[in-house]
Amino acid sequence: MLLELENVSLHYGRIQALHGISLTVDQGEIVALIGANGAGKTTTMRAISGIRPISAGRIRFDGEDISRLRADLRVRRGLCQAPEGRGIFPGMTVMENLEMGAYTRQDRAEVARDLDRVLELFPRLAERRKQPGGTLSGGEQQMLAVGRALMSRPKLLLLDEPSMGLAPMLIQQIFSIITEINSRGTTILLVEQNAQQALARAHRAYVLETGRIVKSGTGAELLHDPAVKEAYLGVA
Amino acid sequence: MSGITERIRTFRQAAGDRWRAAPRWVRWAVLAAVIVFFYALPNKEFYQYLGPIPTTESNFGQVLFTVSIYVLLAVGLNVVVGFAGLLDLGYFGFFAVGAYTVAVLTSPSSDIKTLWPWLAVVPIAIALTTVSGVALGTPTLRLRGDYLAIVTLGFAEMIRIAATSSSFLKGQRGFNQIPHPPGHYADGRPIFGVLDPRPYYWLVLTLILLVVFGVRNLTHSRVGRAWVSIREDEDAAQLMGVPTFKFKLWAFAIGAAIGGLAGALYAGKQNFVNSQNFELLNSIIILAAVILGGSGNIVGAIVGGGLVAYLIERFRGIEVFGVELYEFRFLAFGVILIIMMIFRPQGLIPSRRRAAELKDRRKEVIVGG
Ligand SMILES: Nc1ncnc2c1ncn2[C@@H]1O[C@H](COP(=O)(O)OP(=O)(O)OP(=O)(O)O)[C@@H](O)[C@H]1O
Ligand SMILES: [Mg+2]
Repeated sequence: MLLELENVSLHYGRIQALHGISLTVDQGEIVALIGANGAGKTTTMRAISGIRPISAGRIRFDGEDISRLRADLRVRRGLCQAPEGRGIFPGMTVMENLEMGAYTRQDRAEVARDLDRVLELFPRLAERRKQPGGTLSGGEQQMLAVGRALMSRPKLLLLDEPSMGLAPMLIQQIFSIITEINSRGTTILLVEQNAQQALARAHRAYVLETGRIVKSGTGAELLHDPAVKEAYLGVA
Repeated sequence: MSGITERIRTFRQAAGDRWRAAPRWVRWAVLAAVIVFFYALPNKEFYQYLGPIPTTESNFGQVLFTVSIYVLLAVGLNVVVGFAGLLDLGYFGFFAVGAYTVAVLTSPSSDIKTLWPWLAVVPIAIALTTVSGVALGTPTLRLRGDYLAIVTLGFAEMIRIAATSSSFLKGQRGFNQIPHPPGHYADGRPIFGVLDPRPYYWLVLTLILLVVFGVRNLTHSRVGRAWVSIREDEDAAQLMGVPTFKFKLWAFAIGAAIGGLAGALYAGKQNFVNSQNFELLNSIIILAAVILGGSGNIVGAIVGGGLVAYLIERFRGIEVFGVELYEFRFLAFGVILIIMMIFRPQGLIPSRRRAAELKDRRKEVIVGG
């Protein structure tokens, strides 16, 4: 088991956003986390990456208890998140953003190779390597966020709504890239509004409702679950 | 109106592009000329040809010394505000700590009467301000939001109150006979005396060059990149593995050290330190200078600090309708700052990165609002 959350709770001030969440991600999997707006998906990501402290429970990663570990040290352990929305550095160029992704790495030659690979995955970024991140379009910024996270060569990649705000064609593209990244050996935990696509691509999935896991199963199972269909797939 | 600003903008961009496109040796030559100019500036044989720029009534060397101290402070505060994006409202507090450390350890009016030489105390002053920066930053830099602004404001005010009312720090009476920096001319006269302010100015100018060189190297290193990332998006910086707290503390401590150095220099020049030197407004003036010049850009900070300090000094002795303009200096800066915030929020000479960030933020406001 690569990642394991055990009864994790998280508070924003007095508001409790997560109520004892438990989930696991195995080596090599794509696991999807779906749920309505405000369900706590982003919050779960924050708990895992460590930019918000958890108030109860345990998080284990790669055999180590990281519940109280600082966020930057979690990155060094191989956990990297592409944050939701505009989480790129607006004043840095595309190249500098990607270099920031490799901030914790010392292996220069390998970094250069990964950079080539990322630019190959996202040719759009290659064209705009000198452009400040803040001047990219929404979709390009999204790609940059994913590419930047890949630059840390994570064991586990956390993706928070990578398809948000993208045109249908680009959504297809980003999901194929996710599958491709996974097939090259990176484990992925994926948060998505786009449940159809996410469930179709994921090995397993969890459904989150108001800070609680209410359902879990394989992607295919949930895709055909009547309750999930009605709530998240827009079919009655 | 927009026609004029547009024209100024295109002119500035063209100038900037020409500068970046110029060959390396041209840029070095220009830089050398600028440096030589500023070393030559306090000599009457030189500045008398500059027309009405120097304040002829007052001592121009003295004015330049004051200006140079402000420039050093602006360079220091720029590390905190401009590079790491931390709002420090009490930066002058570190200046005060530096000046008082020198005063207490060197002056015969001090209670402890160590009477150490100036030069020996300067490293102590810098160390002490750095420590006070770390002590102030450690609890607050972990917190988010505007705590730092409030805490630094409180710190500067605390120092001021201590200076005014504690008997150890001598209040209004202050410390006198603070020793000058060491050094003699060939004929045995001291270089740093009471009469000639120019050597002090040259000393500060030299130290500014050294500090700028050091700070510039830092900004081009991993540390600098980490600062940019923290300033632009602290959460994202953490998600990339940047130990944000450590680097914020570094910026804060470096800024404090530079402020302490400026205070030590000031004390050595004036021979005298008392509580009147440390008004809260000074912190605000330096912050205004950094923002005016273009925070995040070293050249911007230098220009901002120089311009603000020079204008304040230039106001002295000029009377309009029987009132001294100097009395209105803060009002004038308030107005200038407001105008700047409306028409040029990125400052006179912004860093290109910073300009992009501001544009991005404005877009966010429009989208969000
Ligand atoms: N910084 C914050 N401070 C206070 N409350 C917050 C904060 N961030 C999120 N919340 C609250 O926590 C709950 C979960 O929010 P979260 O962002 O995790 O939802 P989400 O599932 O990611 O939603 P979306 O699909 O809209 O991104 C919401 O009720 C939200 O209002
Ligand atoms: Mg979310």
